[in-house]
Amino acid sequence: MSSMTKKRVLPSGARFMSGDIACAEGAIAAGCRFFAGYPITPATEIAEHLSARMPEFGGIYIQMEDEIASLVAVIGASYAGLKAMTATSGPGFSLMQENIGLAAMTEAPCVIVDIMRGGPSTGQPTLPGQQDVMQAKWGSHGDYSIIALSPSSVQEMFNLTIEAFNMAETYRVPALVMGDEIVAHMWEKVVIPPASEIRIVNRKKPHDSRDKYEPFMPDDDLVPPMACFGEGYRFHATGLTHDEYGYPRTQSSEVQSKLVRRLCEKVSRNEDKIIRVEKVMLEDADVAVVAYGIVARAALSAVRKAREAGIKAGLLRLITLWPFPEKHVAAVTNQVKTIVVPEMNCGQMVREVERAAKETPVAFLSKLGEDPHTPNEILKVIKGNI
Amino acid sequence: MVQEMVHPFSKYLRSAMIPHIWCSGCGNGVVLNSFVHALDELQMDLDKLVVVSGIGCIGRSAGYTNADSFHTTHGRAIPFATGVKLANPELEVVVISGDGDLFAIGGNHFIHAARRNIGIKVICANNFNYGMTGGQQGPTTPLESLTTTTPYGNIEHPFNLVHLAAASGATYVARWTTLHVRRLTQSIKRMLQKEGFCFIEVVTPCPEIFGRHNKMRTGLEMMEWFKRSSVVENFSDPSKAEITPERIVVGEFVNVQKVSYEKFFHEKLAQINEKAVEW
Repeated sequence: MSSMTKKRVLPSGARFMSGDIACAEGAIAAGCRFFAGYPITPATEIAEHLSARMPEFGGIYIQMEDEIASLVAVIGASYAGLKAMTATSGPGFSLMQENIGLAAMTEAPCVIVDIMRGGPSTGQPTLPGQQDVMQAKWGSHGDYSIIALSPSSVQEMFNLTIEAFNMAETYRVPALVMGDEIVAHMWEKVVIPPASEIRIVNRKKPHDSRDKYEPFMPDDDLVPPMACFGEGYRFHATGLTHDEYGYPRTQSSEVQSKLVRRLCEKVSRNEDKIIRVEKVMLEDADVAVVAYGIVARAALSAVRKAREAGIKAGLLRLITLWPFPEKHVAAVTNQVKTIVVPEMNCGQMVREVERAAKETPVAFLSKLGEDPHTPNEILKVIKGNI
Repeated sequence: MVQEMVHPFSKYLRSAMIPHIWCSGCGNGVVLNSFVHALDELQMDLDKLVVVSGIGCIGRSAGYTNADSFHTTHGRAIPFATGVKLANPELEVVVISGDGDLFAIGGNHFIHAARRNIGIKVICANNFNYGMTGGQQGPTTPLESLTTTTPYGNIEHPFNLVHLAAASGATYVARWTTLHVRRLTQSIKRMLQKEGFCFIEVVTPCPEIFGRHNKMRTGLEMMEWFKRSSVVENFSDPSKAEITPERIVVGEFVNVQKVSYEKFFHEKLAQINEKAVEW
């Protein structure tokens, strides 16, 4: 199956496509060779597109019986050596939570796309939401770390899906693309770079010989090199608390402490390499809007309108949601008088912003159940807090 | 000089993981033993073998086998194995897990893997209860049996696992007890050489946890039940293959040829790729 690589990355140039399709194409460009999923609005088009595209170059598409099976099959494929992904929306994301923990515990590189719709429960399948962003960080039981990215455009559905694969492979974590119904269903121009310019990262392979390999012995960056099934290493992995050999050590507080702290710290210690934000007109700003996803587009427009009205407003757009860009938010809050946080939920990332903002007042603008905030709605809050 | 004695089968086991966790009188060791014998008789390449288990007593089998192995979350051994097999069809992927893991929490995955005919081999140690958590009622607990959660007798009808597997589309289905060691080993060998989704149920004694509540306090008493009640009825109707105090129907029930999911998939890939044009 390795010879079938004819039509991998789309030819470079500008194209018009939906966010879901851009996400699927980004996955392919990143080297994804395995997709398992279950139909769910508004993420179904990712599966549909990959069911057609994957076979063109020897990749695997399988529709599983539910989202639990989908993520677990992805973890299996990852251990068998393929870059693997699933895509879903809120209800499916909830079903995946236990096995996000399994992927974190067994350090299986994988990408999970969650196209957020209105929740809770079945909620509003065809409308956008940002209600899963805390679940992305805390959804599975226990302490662990993941990386979550937030695309604001169809172009970013392409770019950040590639980035998610690179991060998953670098840190051996589940990397989440937290899109929303609008960025997924919207059609926009996407510029596909030449394949040679797309940065692709592959997991570290073992440095040691087969008899010396300890599958969960980390390097200095806290990430263990990864052998794959069938390569002759004959190693074991388990969701139980395990030592460097992968053997269960469920009675040892020392092993538990060392393992779980490493799982968290391999991301937190590399925050500076992972975190990405976009800063717009913040240099002299008195008021800053902190936003992410589709809402950041309206926020940008509101900031421009505020500037036209003589208000020194700026935008801090969170591209990385987790690990939370705390230093960036803190730096902004040291400078501005007020922070405005618009979100399509009842108040999730605003809690993190408040924590980082310390004394600086934070105005929260919640929106649920319809279109996202308009620029004027955000502008009104900017004006009201200056 | 005394020569160090090495068991001829020690190469199949991970010595660092042993001693095992199983109780005295437990049949899980017999299941693992038969599996290892089958590997030896077939001279299986251990570098190309992946053993996957879910949660439960028998779920530790993956860790005990000296091959690539994975111990999944509860109920999820089959979808994990599906991902491995599809990603690398050259690997022999074997699931060894229990009745609660495969047929309660993981039941949906079982029927769909059988329906798809994904080429994984599933061995289920059926001990009639949730042993690891201390003996609760499960999907195979016989009617009227006493468990820690059916103190007045079980009122749920148990699954007939071989009937379920056959109806779901498995290409090979067999049931043995841990008394039928040679037949079980031959059955595992046959299964490992077959294409498609294969299933073997092994009726396994659990005297410490299940037997003690049901007038079979020792492994020997449970084995005596198997001996007294087992009847070999090869290729009989699996829907009639009952497990009752008086009668345990064992044998091979299904052995058919059917193209596996992964073979079908990769044949399709080849066709698609021939048509695929360069941009």
